[in-house]
Amino acid sequence: MDTILGLDLPTWWFLLIGALISGYGILDGFDLGAGALHLFFRKEQSRRIALNAIGPVWDGNEVWLVIGAGALFAAFPLVYGTLLSVFYLPFILLLVAIIFRAISIEFRSKEEMKWWRATWDVCYCLSSTTIALLFGLILGNLIQGIPLDKDHQFVGRLRDFFNPYALLISVTVLSLFMLHGAMYLAMKTEDRLYAKMTILINQTSKFFILCFITASMATLIYVPHMEAIFHKYPVMFALPVTAVLIVLNMRRMIEKRRYLRGFISSGVTTALLLLLFASGLYPNLVLSNVDARGNISIYEAASTDGSLRTMLLFAAIGMPLVLTYTVFVFWTFRGKVKLEETSY
Amino acid sequence: MDHVEILSRIQFAFTIAFHYIYPPLSIGLGVCLVFMEGLYLKTKDKVYEELTRFWVRIFALIFGIGVATGIVMEFEFGTNWAVYSRYVGDIFGSALAAEGIFAFALESAFLGILIFGWNRVSPRVHFLSTVLVALGSMFSALWIVVANSWQQTPTGYRIEGTGLKARAVVTDFWEMVFNPSSIERYSHVLIGAFLAGSFLVLSVSAWYILKRKYEVHSRKAFTIALWVAAISSLGQLFTGHQSAEVITKYQPAKLAAVEGHFESAPADMYLFGWVDAEKQQVSGLKIPGGLSFLVHQDFKKAIPGLNSFKPENRPRAVNFVFQTYHLMVGIGMTLIGLCWLGIFLLYRKKLFQTRWLMAVFVGAVFLPQIANQVGWYTAEVGRQPWVVYGLLRTSDALSQAVKAEHVLISLILFTLVYVILFVLFIYLLNKKIQHGPDIGQEDPETPSSRIEL
Ligand code: HDD
Ligand code: HEM
Ligand code: HEM
Repeated sequence: MDTILGLDLPTWWFLLIGALISGYGILDGFDLGAGALHLFFRKEQSRRIALNAIGPVWDGNEVWLVIGAGALFAAFPLVYGTLLSVFYLPFILLLVAIIFRAISIEFRSKEEMKWWRATWDVCYCLSSTTIALLFGLILGNLIQGIPLDKDHQFVGRLRDFFNPYALLISVTVLSLFMLHGAMYLAMKTEDRLYAKMTILINQTSKFFILCFITASMATLIYVPHMEAIFHKYPVMFALPVTAVLIVLNMRRMIEKRRYLRGFISSGVTTALLLLLFASGLYPNLVLSNVDARGNISIYEAASTDGSLRTMLLFAAIGMPLVLTYTVFVFWTFRGKVKLEETSY
Repeated sequence: MDHVEILSRIQFAFTIAFHYIYPPLSIGLGVCLVFMEGLYLKTKDKVYEELTRFWVRIFALIFGIGVATGIVMEFEFGTNWAVYSRYVGDIFGSALAAEGIFAFALESAFLGILIFGWNRVSPRVHFLSTVLVALGSMFSALWIVVANSWQQTPTGYRIEGTGLKARAVVTDFWEMVFNPSSIERYSHVLIGAFLAGSFLVLSVSAWYILKRKYEVHSRKAFTIALWVAAISSLGQLFTGHQSAEVITKYQPAKLAAVEGHFESAPADMYLFGWVDAEKQQVSGLKIPGGLSFLVHQDFKKAIPGLNSFKPENRPRAVNFVFQTYHLMVGIGMTLIGLCWLGIFLLYRKKLFQTRWLMAVFVGAVFLPQIANQVGWYTAEVGRQPWVVYGLLRTSDALSQAVKAEHVLISLILFTLVYVILFVLFIYLLNKKIQHGPDIGQEDPETPSSRIEL
């Protein structure tokens, strides 16, 4: 098997996809969170500012999902097909929510009528919340493992996905995104809206910390393989410990109103939690909770080394480009939001 | 056919056909925008700037819906066609991933600047963003069309495993990319998109001219779009012919279906007609031996008919393929006539006074759209029963974990959502057109009030 810097190609792709999903969580996370908070803003002016804060960037953020899914398809087609078809209805719902969200953002400003704007505001908030919850739901189930028999055929039922642990993870993801989004908005707003954001940040951070603690305990109790990891590799403890330190530090940043740092911290938290999840999985991508032969490992799922190598080259050329224009766009639209004639 | 299969096929066909209303418009409008803004930079004529701003607003609306419906397509491979995803992942996945990394990221990043960045970047950087968005949209068609072409004419691969575990793996990357139909299909799709976009500009401008509104602007826009359309219409004939040569060589059953040719004998070419598949007869207006002549330069040479292929290996909807193909070609010829008549009158300086022609151009916006749709129907239905030509049958490509009820639910959901989406799209498009370009206003946001950090 080919290796690069001592790691085999499927492992590289495991890491790369993890990085793409984290990138997606960090970037789209804040605009989804901002969407989930949208109805807390009561005045038309505030809602417009909140929307325009994400206006020029949300579409670019969403592309990380498109790239992540494409990469999963390319590198691990077996997992791509299995996951999407097993979670058929949740993913369809996710797609519908993504459509509604895109058009709410796009259409809201196109008419002056009060009812028109109010309708799209509700759609925007609901769809953003739904997307965050669904990602959490899917993640929650993946952490526990899903019922796959030895041929990787699905033997479960749809309603089993709505178990308490998965719902808890789902709410936790939402709370993290809300906090992340609130800090982003605080950096983009001034005056009264800014004051409102400080209050919201305070509340969402408490909400998140509550979820975080509950979810961590539930994971130790309900998900034995995560615990087993710590027994096997005690250094792994560093991950949750760092996560906790960062969350605590985030509170300090919030009290000092250093929102950029707070924002970075919540981004790093997202990445760390995903890393923790990934280290529980490796070298598998999907765990079966009924038959260990049902686990899908990266080696079984991977495309051929030739393809993985070609695509690694694509990624090596493409990702720096993507990062460059992401930075360029964020830099161009830096600073507090001002409403202009081209704004939403 | 079981229910999961039929429902999944309907859902795929419906969602892709809907998606394909928007990307061609984005690609074609992108090209027109590059010309408009380029002329503004060159001439410093305010009219071009106002035109660009107007069309950017319409572009944004179309683009938004294209993105939303496109994400559905990407996920649908996994949700409904899991076996297919595994089968082609090694080949198709890399195309899709490359599309994301190289094309979509470029487009959506610079789209932000195109729409919101007027006061934030210099005119040159803005123009550069327009060019990059236009290029990005052309790239995004590239990869997906290459992947589709590979399915139509697979090369550069080897099959591993059997049954549900079988898959195609790449043996030669460039042979896979430049499979026998990629270049023909990509150029044809791209030019089809140029036609779709330029005819939108033509239609709206002709409407303003008829209404005697924004005449200075509309004449300029019309002229730009007319040139794009006129050159494209000829290109479409050329690339269409090349596509026909490809199917002659690689998909003879499709060629036979396209002309309703059942027995192996010299083949006719129909201008229009009707296929009775039961009686295996075609009635209509034809050039006897025309197809044989096009293929072999000989009216008498035989061409394999549908009956020379096993029933399970040839398309069943012969009349459908026949009609869609002839509709496309008919529209193609009409567009050539229309565009070059326009160019002729432009040179005689009579174009904008010829009111009936303006009225025709207002309605002609639908022609390229219809041709784009039926072109794909020809290509995709004519390829059946294969999803990967000669290798994987559509009926074997389905997800095993999905139940018919679930597909029914998703189909109903998509139908509802897309109907709402389409109604709103038409409503808002109409509103923007009624509103027209903003003329002669001073820029409310002058450079001195630029946003500080
Ligand atoms: C504005 C749109 C448009 C126009 C005017 C035409 N086409 Fe087309 N055609 C398409 C848009 C299109 C398409 C949507 O782009 C297709 C579907 C799949 C593809 O490769 O391109 C297509 C497919 C397609 C195919 C099938 C290729 C295959 O099955 O692999 C043939 C043979 C032609 N075309 C031939 C023509 C000819 C001879 C035309 C006469 C001028 C023509 N097309 C006009
Ligand atoms: C089955 C095939 C297809 C899939 C899976 C697919 C996938 C996608 C996805 C995921 C997006 C959203 C990207 C974003 O977030 O920016 C998208 C948009 C787009 N697609 Fe498709 N696509 C398909 C067919 C096509 C075809 C045939 C073309 C062109 C010939 C095309 C051209 C575009 C363009 C230009 C966009 C940008 C959005 C727009 O301009 O409307 N796509 N597609
Ligand atoms: C690349 C992967 C693709 C796959 C796996 C695929 C697969 C399929 C399948 C399974 C069907 C149903 C066939 C039938 O019911 O007769 C279909 C139909 C169709 N496809 Fe594709 N297709 C692909 C690409 C595209 C692209 C890129 C387009 C155009 C943008 C397209 C346009 C269509 C259309 C218009 C139909 C409708 C045919 C009908 O009414 O049955 N397809 N495709």
